Amino acid sequence: MKPPPFEYYAPTTVEEALAHLAEHGYDAKPLAGGQSLIPMMNFRLAQPAVIVDLNNIETLSFIRPEDDGGLAVGAMTRHKKVEKSVMVAERAPLIHETMPQIATSQIRSRGTFGGSLAHADPSAELVCVSVALDGEFKIANQSGERWVTAKDFFLGLFTSVLEPEEILVEIKLPPFPDRTGWSLKEIARRPHDFCLIGVAAVLTLDEKDQCQQAKLVYLSAGDGPVEATAAAGMLVGQELTDDAIQAAAEKASAEEIDPSSDIHATAEFRRHLANVLTRRALEEAFDRAKGN
Amino acid sequence: MTKLFKLSLTVNGDQYEREIEPRLLLSDFLRHELGMTGTHVGCEHGVCGACTVLLNGDPVRSCLMFAVQAHGHEVLTVEGLGSMDDLHPIQEAFHEAHGLQCGFCTPGFLTTLVPFLEENPDPSEEEIRVAISGNLCRCTGYQHIVEAVQLAAEKLRA
Repeated sequence: MKPPPFEYYAPTTVEEALAHLAEHGYDAKPLAGGQSLIPMMNFRLAQPAVIVDLNNIETLSFIRPEDDGGLAVGAMTRHKKVEKSVMVAERAPLIHETMPQIATSQIRSRGTFGGSLAHADPSAELVCVSVALDGEFKIANQSGERWVTAKDFFLGLFTSVLEPEEILVEIKLPPFPDRTGWSLKEIARRPHDFCLIGVAAVLTLDEKDQCQQAKLVYLSAGDGPVEATAAAGMLVGQELTDDAIQAAAEKASAEEIDPSSDIHATAEFRRHLANVLTRRALEEAFDRAKGN
Repeated sequence: MTKLFKLSLTVNGDQYEREIEPRLLLSDFLRHELGMTGTHVGCEHGVCGACTVLLNGDPVRSCLMFAVQAHGHEVLTVEGLGSMDDLHPIQEAFHEAHGLQCGFCTPGFLTTLVPFLEENPDPSEEEIRVAISGNLCRCTGYQHIVEAVQLAAEKLRA
């Protein structure tokens, strides 16, 4: 099908874009990479009366090193640019590992870092990983800016704290503490499909190799990114033996995630996959943390 | 009718100017406004890859872009790769290795592979399969396509 008619604006500054959004409110939709919004418009699942195209706002496309050792990424930075960035590989290795797993090369040419987050799809890798990394999001509106943590940003299925007159402009990714390991594991029917289930693990060890901090965040496991805090809590202060890892994986997959059944897999099978993937992710994160 | 926009862009090295509605997809612009029907339209939601073109050298789904967004940019379609008398090496390889049957998906494969083989002149089978994972072919079972890509890589290296 074809998208219905809409009014089209292609501002070159954030201020101009915010003015259009403020004027049109709920009738308007900001267009980032368009790799989710345009298919929805083609199917007429979305019929915005006004499109505010952010693609000509050059100041929203950047990857910048931060003084604390972390990174700042402009919301309109294309996936492909993040994927190929040496700075991202050095300063945000989990993001570097995530990028090639996002959709296909054609989608990554157009899709944007901030667009994927603002879309708040619970099966999107960056949604999950940004929570696992304690990312912070800068949101702009006509009266100024506000910062929201990744965890507080996502409210539910395709829903975030963004108001109609606001734009996500920048994402801050703090550096890892020393002796931190990471992993992202997912399973899809075919590579690059939406995954059946996936998990991001981040572990920090103390000098005796005991777990100091742990984070487990799941994708395609509920209405938003699902953090398994009880399972992660079981690991803190422990030696990461096979038994400890197994117990955490079982806790998270049985009690903390809420996957659904569909044509591709039953919820029960997804829990089974979550259990196996959690174990693999924790083992890989543990190995990497020891190696750092 | 909504307001028309004046679009100016380069397609296969030639400059074009047209007045279009903003809702016109790049894929439909190429086919209906420019008559370049080599770009095929399969699913219109970014899954099949048949409409892949190069935008400033990068492979993109032309059904997931509005034509107005290509204003001032360069597009390369399958028509710009080679001619009947002078095929592009990747086209030659698809011909020789039977990398197509009905041919519907082929333009999308060819355009996807141009930048891939530039960046990876000697890809492994695994790398080839990942590279073409965004393009669906319902005829071949992919085996001959993979062989065609290997042959194309050889030709391009020579």
